Amino acid sequence: MTAFPLLDPALCFVILTTAVLAVAIRTVFAAVVSFIVFGLLMAIAWVRLGAVDVALTEAAIGAGLTGVLLLSTVARIAKHRADRGDDVPILEGPEPDPAPTDPLPGLATQSLAIVLSAAVAAALVAAVALLPVPAPGLVAEVGSRLSETGVESPVTAVLLAYRGYDTLLEIVVLLFALLGVWSLTADARWGGQPGLRHLARPDGVMAYLGRLLPPIGLLVGVYLFWIGGYRPGGAFQAGTVLAAVWLLAVMAGLVPIPKVSGIRLRLALVIGPAVFLAIGLAGYPLHGAFLGYPPAIAKVLIILIEAGLTISIATILGLLVAGAPEERPS
Amino acid sequence: MPGVVWGPDVGSGLLALAVVLPVAGALLILPLGRHAERVPHLLFMAGLVLATAIAYHVWIGGVLTAAIGGWPAPLGIVLRADGLSAVMLLTTALVLVPVGIFAAGEFQPRTADGRESRAGLLFWPLMMGVWAGLNGTFLSNDLFNIYVALELLTLAAVPLVTLEGKAGTLAAALRYLLFALLGSLLYMLGAALLYGTHGTLDLTLLADRVRDDASALIAAALMTAGLLAKTAMFPLHLWLPPAHGGAPAAASAILSALVVKASFYLVVRLWFDLFPSLLDDTGATVLGLFGAAAILSGSVLALRQARLKLLVAYSTLAQLGYLFLMFPLAGGGTEAQPWTAGAWSGGIFHAVSHAFAKASLFLGAGILVQGIGHDRIADLRGAARSLPMVIAAFGLSGLSLMGLPPSGGFIAKWLLLTTAMASGRWGWAVVMFAGGLLAATYVFRVLNRAMATPEQPLRLVQPVHQSRQLAVLFLALVSVLLGLVPAIPFELLQIGGGLSTVEGFR
Repeated sequence: MTAFPLLDPALCFVILTTAVLAVAIRTVFAAVVSFIVFGLLMAIAWVRLGAVDVALTEAAIGAGLTGVLLLSTVARIAKHRADRGDDVPILEGPEPDPAPTDPLPGLATQSLAIVLSAAVAAALVAAVALLPVPAPGLVAEVGSRLSETGVESPVTAVLLAYRGYDTLLEIVVLLFALLGVWSLTADARWGGQPGLRHLARPDGVMAYLGRLLPPIGLLVGVYLFWIGGYRPGGAFQAGTVLAAVWLLAVMAGLVPIPKVSGIRLRLALVIGPAVFLAIGLAGYPLHGAFLGYPPAIAKVLIILIEAGLTISIATILGLLVAGAPEERPS
Repeated sequence: MPGVVWGPDVGSGLLALAVVLPVAGALLILPLGRHAERVPHLLFMAGLVLATAIAYHVWIGGVLTAAIGGWPAPLGIVLRADGLSAVMLLTTALVLVPVGIFAAGEFQPRTADGRESRAGLLFWPLMMGVWAGLNGTFLSNDLFNIYVALELLTLAAVPLVTLEGKAGTLAAALRYLLFALLGSLLYMLGAALLYGTHGTLDLTLLADRVRDDASALIAAALMTAGLLAKTAMFPLHLWLPPAHGGAPAAASAILSALVVKASFYLVVRLWFDLFPSLLDDTGATVLGLFGAAAILSGSVLALRQARLKLLVAYSTLAQLGYLFLMFPLAGGGTEAQPWTAGAWSGGIFHAVSHAFAKASLFLGAGILVQGIGHDRIADLRGAARSLPMVIAAFGLSGLSLMGLPPSGGFIAKWLLLTTAMASGRWGWAVVMFAGGLLAATYVFRVLNRAMATPEQPLRLVQPVHQSRQLAVLFLALVSVLLGLVPAIPFELLQIGGGLSTVEGFR
């Protein structure tokens, strides 16, 4: 902390700068890049605050995955503009109510927006200033019952034991985000492969990286999953790394993306929440409550849940990036 | 330990199942794909049995609570069901069964040539997601868990709007998503402030710790603004008509009848259970004025619509307005007057009866589109002769919108009106009368057309299966029945309620 007395103020300054740039820059691509840099800087800020778990997630999901999604959106918008008139997946038949192009908001609307935003910002500043110091929290309670959960990492205990119900619903939310993407498929293409087909030269850089990096990534992913019980890590971070590995192999043209109607793909999507739910129900007879783990086998159950979640999260995240099916099933 | 579940406390053990059941449904339907035809209907029936069982246990034993995983608050998440939760669970289940039957004709997971179809498959897990989100919201006693349930609700509800795959509905869905996410964000900010101040997310613990101060007021204002955006309450209502009007009929029914009520339910929980002392005259009046503006603007806009589905969607805006009149009329928990309970019960009763009436109206509009090929109000002549059950259902549901007896809507509006008059607040009464008159105008405008004799008999472009018409009629009949036997839901509603709810229907 003392080695770089200026690190934190500098970090705050750059974070604010990239945030402003992400909003203010007019070119979409530059705005997205600023946003990704912002996410990475936020990850460093979380490390400085001692929240390594949050930092890992912010880097993986906030900067990495969201960045990829935004970049592919930019690419699609560019492609759509280039060959306008070509059909966009969702467009089928004539538009029922052609939406008029929105005119720029008038001066009154703009002023109102400024006043409202300023008022909300002022209220938030006031509210944060009013927060009690030191912050009341549940750190002591979390620690005092850690032994009953079988895990050593307090964050994993919160995510999978104390508040496992939240995590169960969150993974289901993630699944529904994917269904939302899939709902944009054109009917004729349903059942086909998601996303566009990737072609890479067999002796090119992509193919080379696609062979070199996946084994390392696989190892990192499995390590992150396993270490979650002791130290920062766990299913979400592991799933993100594995999804990245998978996408890399796909982009290198080494493996095809499975069809959305494939049964193995569907099972991979639901196995995590399904295992979670099944262990939750077993809690009724075993421990007298939904999601109750008997302390003796709590650790095994949590590892089982994390393993299932890692598979489902990797699959869902990979498919979110791949997008809706864009080729007819053969 | 097993005795905790299967012994006398069986009611508490049921609470988590109300969320587990629909989640399991979604997880089952996805891999089953085109073989999942029967699964949703069995689950909807099981859900109705489960909701009835929970309501029964609340009825005989009072408030139910269950600490998930055996971790008590503040460490863990507690589920809690009082009379209000039980009524909302039952309403949800009772609406879902007929909507499921109605939708079965439209959304087949298997196409005619044996393949899996996009909308036919996705519709069912999305419905399960909405259902899980609703039940999760109604049962959660934890601020962050409520946020997760609301996210589930939003992410399952928005894709329902796009299922027909038209460009216009895609724009509507995107606007819906943006409003709903803004709402989530504001709610989350408020919840984070409360946790930062009081160190707990449990509503019961928070209610004891929250004081009447600036930080609580800021948190409450943020959360309320977010929930108003999700409820489509004036002035954050513009997303609703294109989304609800453009979705497939079965989806519109669920969105208008139930989804917007979940965020309204949370506003009620916040102001009557969590911050009763914060609800002063100013705050309550602001909410009431939003409601009044919604009633008047929504009704006028409904009158001007050329298409039936959009008329029904704008009518939702207006009817949601009545819900917010309960805040100035009930006046929070602090000034419990003999009449305040009437306003509270009236508001909730209106949410319930509107759910049945509106589901029936949207499904009816869907049948008209199927049967006569369009829903242009001007060209409805002869519809009453070709589809009598549907138009009869429209009339019956219309009673609730207008607030005429016998209907659930009448009881609800009567309670709100008598409260307004008993407390001498005539302004709100005038708004309600005006809203009733406007509703009568747009309901009769449709009925007049539909009952008129056409120059040549109306021929159906597509036959409408009897079961779909019965589903519409069933929902309309429930909305009327609520007006005939209001005493039972009233007694259930008051179980575990705060000061403002007791002394209800008398």
